[in-house]
Amino acid sequence: MIEVKNVDKSFDGNHVLKNVSAVFETGKTNMIIGQSGSGKTVLMKSIIGLHRIDKGKIEYDGRNLPDMKMSDIRMLRREVGMLFQGSALFDSLSVLENVMYPLEMFSPSSKEEMTERAIFCLRHVDLEEKAFNLAPSEISGGMQKRVAIARAIALQPKYLFCDEPNSGLDPKTSLIIDKLIHEITHEFDITTIINSHDMNSVMEIGENIIFIEKGEKAWEGNNSDIFHVDNEALNDFVFASELYKKVKKANK
Amino acid sequence: MSLLSETGKYFLLMKRVFVLPDRSNMFFRQFPKELEKLGLQSLPIVAIISVFIGFIMTMQTKLNTSNPLLPVYTTGLVTRDTLLLEFSSTILCLILAGKVGSNIASEIGTMRITEQIDALEIMGVNSANYLILPKIIAFVVMMPFLVIFSMALGVGGGYFVGVLTSIMTTGDYLVGIQYAFVPFYVFYSLFKSMFFAFIISSVAAYYGYYSYGGALDVGKASTNAVVNGSILILFFNILITKIMLN
Repeated sequence: MIEVKNVDKSFDGNHVLKNVSAVFETGKTNMIIGQSGSGKTVLMKSIIGLHRIDKGKIEYDGRNLPDMKMSDIRMLRREVGMLFQGSALFDSLSVLENVMYPLEMFSPSSKEEMTERAIFCLRHVDLEEKAFNLAPSEISGGMQKRVAIARAIALQPKYLFCDEPNSGLDPKTSLIIDKLIHEITHEFDITTIINSHDMNSVMEIGENIIFIEKGEKAWEGNNSDIFHVDNEALNDFVFASELYKKVKKANK
Repeated sequence: MSLLSETGKYFLLMKRVFVLPDRSNMFFRQFPKELEKLGLQSLPIVAIISVFIGFIMTMQTKLNTSNPLLPVYTTGLVTRDTLLLEFSSTILCLILAGKVGSNIASEIGTMRITEQIDALEIMGVNSANYLILPKIIAFVVMMPFLVIFSMALGVGGGYFVGVLTSIMTTGDYLVGIQYAFVPFYVFYSLFKSMFFAFIISSVAAYYGYYSYGGALDVGKASTNAVVNGSILILFFNILITKIMLN
C-alpha cells in the first residue's frame, strides 16, 4: 500500500500540488486522472521520487520516501516496476535482453534462470516468440508496451506505476493492455498506480480513482461511482464526449 | 554564476560516475562495445586525416624553407615535431571532439528524452555510472593507440610525398625525422591526449545526460558538447604544455 499524506509541490513559485492525500491499495488498479496540466504527472513522479516534495509524506508500506537516503531509495526502487508512456525500452538491447536487464542487474540467479524468468514474463504478456530476439524498433507500439510490462514485472515488484499506458495505441490494443495490467495487479497482488486520461481505461479497470483538479484532489471513488457524481469539474472531464453523456443519462 | 553552477553540476555528475559499478559484469560487457564504437570506428578518420596532414606538412615545410643555409633535414624534423607535439594529440583530439563528442552527447541525450535514463533510475540503477563510465574509460584507453597510429601515418605520409613528388630525397627526410629526437615528446603527447580524451567524453556525457525536450534539444546538447569540449582542449593544451615542456 502507498499512502500520500498532505503533499505539496511547487516549481519556481508555481504551486502544482496542494495538500494532496490519497491511499493506493494493494491488489487494486489505482488510477490518477485529470486534465492535462492538472498535476497528475507531477503527483506520480513525486510518488516515485523523481521529484522531491516540499511538504508531506509518501509512505511505501510505512516507509516514508522523503526521509530516505539515496541508497535506501535505490533499494526501494528495486521493488518498483514502471511502464513509461513511450515504453522506454533500451534501443541497444533486444526484446529478451530488455526483460533480462533488471534481472542481470539485481538478481542473484544463474543466467539460465534469468533467461527462463524473462521468457516466462514475455509469454505472460502474450508476446510472440519470434519477437524475442528483435530490436524494440522492429516491433509495433502495442508489442513494445507488452515488453515494457514484462520488464516491469521481471523482478516481481510490489509496486507498479504506469504512465499513460494507452498513449499512442488503438482502442483494441489499449483494452488488451488495460486488461493485462489489471490481471497482473490481481495475480501478483501488486499496488498499481496508473496515470491516465483515457476514459475507456477508467471505466474498464478503475477500481480506485483519484481525480486531480488544479493540483488538488477533487474526487475519489471507483468506476461505478463515477456515473453518479455531482462534481462539475469531474463531470466536464469524464463526460466530455456525447457518448458518455448518453451513457450517464441512461444510468440515471 | 551560470558557469559556476554548470561546473558544479559537472563535478557532481562525475562523482556519480566514478563509483564502483553495481555489477562489474555489466561494466565489462559494455566496455568492449565502447572500445569498438569510440576507438576502432575512429580509425578511418584518424588515418585519412593523419596521412594527408603528413603530406601537406612536408610539402609546405619544404616550399617555405627552400633556403640553402638551412640543413637538408629541416623538413623531416619540422614534420616530425609538429606531428608529435601538436597534430597527433591536440588537433586530432579537436577532430575527435566532433566525431566522438557528438556521438556520446546524442546517444545519451536521446536516452534521456525517450525516458530510458528514467527507466534505469526507477530500476534502482546508477544510470550515470552505468552509461558514462565505460565510455570515458574506453576512450581514454583507446586514445594513446589512436595517437601513435596518427603519428606513424603522418610521418609515413610525409615520406611518401618525398617519394611521389621528388621535392626532396627520401634520405633527407629520413635523416630529418631521426635528428634530435626527444622521446619525452611522445610521452607528453600521449599524456595530454589521454587528458583530452577524458575532457571530450566527460563533457559530451554531461551535455547528453542533462539534455531535455526533443530532437532539437539533443542537437543543441551535441553542439554544446563539441564547442565546449574543443574550448577546454585548447585551454588545457596551453596549461599542460606550460607545465610539461617549460
